[in-house]
Amino acid sequence: MSTQRTFGEILLKVEDVHLSFGGVKALTNVNFDIRKGEIRAIIGPNGAGKSSMLNVINGFYHPQQGAITYKGVTRSQMKPHEAARQGIARTFQNIALFKGMSTLDNIMTGRLLHMKSGLLSQALYWGKYLREEVAHREKVEEIIDFLEIQAIRKTPVGRLPYGLQKRVELGRALAAEPELLLLDEPMAGMNVEEKEDMSRFIIETNDQLGTTIALIEHDMGVVMDLSDRLVVLDYGRQLADGEPDEVRNNQAVIDAYLGVTE
Amino acid sequence: MHVERSVLTTIGAMLVLMTALPWFVGQVSEDVFFEWPFFLEVAIGGLLSGVMYSLVALGFVLIFKASGVFNFAQGAMVLFAALSFVGLKDLGVPLWLCFILTAGIMTLVAMTIERLVLRPLVNQEPIILFMVTIGIAYVLDGLGQMIWGSEVRMLDIGLPQDPSFFFDGKILINQFDMFAALIAGALVAALVIFFQYTKTGRALRAVADDHQAAMSVGIPLQHIWVVVWTVAGLVALVAGIMWGGKLGVQFSLALIALKALPVLILGGFTSIPGAIIGGLIVGAGEKVSEVFLGPLVGGGIEDWFAYMLALVFLVFRPQGLFGEKIIERV
Repeated sequence: MSTQRTFGEILLKVEDVHLSFGGVKALTNVNFDIRKGEIRAIIGPNGAGKSSMLNVINGFYHPQQGAITYKGVTRSQMKPHEAARQGIARTFQNIALFKGMSTLDNIMTGRLLHMKSGLLSQALYWGKYLREEVAHREKVEEIIDFLEIQAIRKTPVGRLPYGLQKRVELGRALAAEPELLLLDEPMAGMNVEEKEDMSRFIIETNDQLGTTIALIEHDMGVVMDLSDRLVVLDYGRQLADGEPDEVRNNQAVIDAYLGVTE
Repeated sequence: MHVERSVLTTIGAMLVLMTALPWFVGQVSEDVFFEWPFFLEVAIGGLLSGVMYSLVALGFVLIFKASGVFNFAQGAMVLFAALSFVGLKDLGVPLWLCFILTAGIMTLVAMTIERLVLRPLVNQEPIILFMVTIGIAYVLDGLGQMIWGSEVRMLDIGLPQDPSFFFDGKILINQFDMFAALIAGALVAALVIFFQYTKTGRALRAVADDHQAAMSVGIPLQHIWVVVWTVAGLVALVAGIMWGGKLGVQFSLALIALKALPVLILGGFTSIPGAIIGGLIVGAGEKVSEVFLGPLVGGGIEDWFAYMLALVFLVFRPQGLFGEKIIERV
């Protein structure tokens, strides 16, 4: 971004992360941090370990070695529902929505952690539970307005076109009011217009809600425009870490993307 | 709820066939006695006993929906719940306390199964989880009879057993069956409200749809499994009390699970309304065909009717009436 942006303290830091599946080394010695309020991109060729990195951050994968420091607490691994409770929300590369449920219900699941009623009180204090449900529904309607998906509120998401499903998935992540939002290829398979919409939503989320965002994306034009800093991975190793201009001119990165002749 | 037109036509066609065929046979055959009040009596009796099948099928649907596991132990859970209930009652515990205590026992069973069986097997193939539920079935069968004994016990929960007459005594209906149907109806209504309108219900549906996505929004899978096995346990308890009140509490209760299989194939493995309608169709179908078509072939239709119907469905509509159509996108 051209304008000078300043960022707060470090929100998340990964140090010396090693992850392997049997003999396959998915991540080797990865170190970077994400500061509060920034848009951080993770890029790299296919199979570089980008999605694995996000999965480590939200606890789907457990690294064999290394430390993850989130909000000042250092852990050797996260657990998915704990990560969610700590304010980490995410979307997936291959959309993972609840296909049989409506757009509204899908986004409502993002509010689950904010809803306080337990199983028993739902049964015993039905009126109180309904009021809570309505309050959360309002929040969800705000998100629906923000993402401009009013018309598909009641549609089962399995019937929606791909681009809209991606948007609903973003909505579900936003409904959790996350501090850190992980986006795994939010624009994969979209046309130019859809990409522009999605870029706008990402910028507005970051700008207006102050959400810190880590995203993986293949469209270099989009990445360079959106992100404040980038990490570049290749075969699980970290090639570069810096602002877009630095990374663009980094010889190792150019080699990784274009290939080198010996 | 959105219902496909083909579902309605299928149900309609079955209803017409189940009415027209007995009538026709009644006209042409000497052996078959057909009169409309009598036909209604048989059909209603069948529908009411179908409700009892639905009760058992419901337990299967709940667990299958939430975890994709076909729980072979559902029948054993019915037996175990009924044995515990009648056992406590014979110790002199009042009925309402029996119910609460047995509900507590079924919750404990659910927690134990999750801790000892499901948690270590997370992410395993469905077939492995299915095999494990066969094991659970044997353990529960044995445990229940070890604790409470294996003799047949009568269970009288104070429901009227006498038949009632309607339309000037022309139609005779068993009151017990009617109460059972009412209780089943209330149970289903409660389940539907729970699934559609509570946050736990929404979380359950979410887990049923996509494990990973559910975890990413902060739903702890283990907790959900305990909830769903507990709910299935409570449904088993209600089914156990109803069937136990009808047949006595004995080992054969575990086998009524076999009657739930065709109901599931008819209704679809993932649909609560499907379990209800499937049960009704099987119940009415087998009674009507036994009474009106049975004399032509020497009887015994009731025993195989449900499975035959299920076979026809497997050929023409394998996902059942309300099941999710399996579409692979390439």
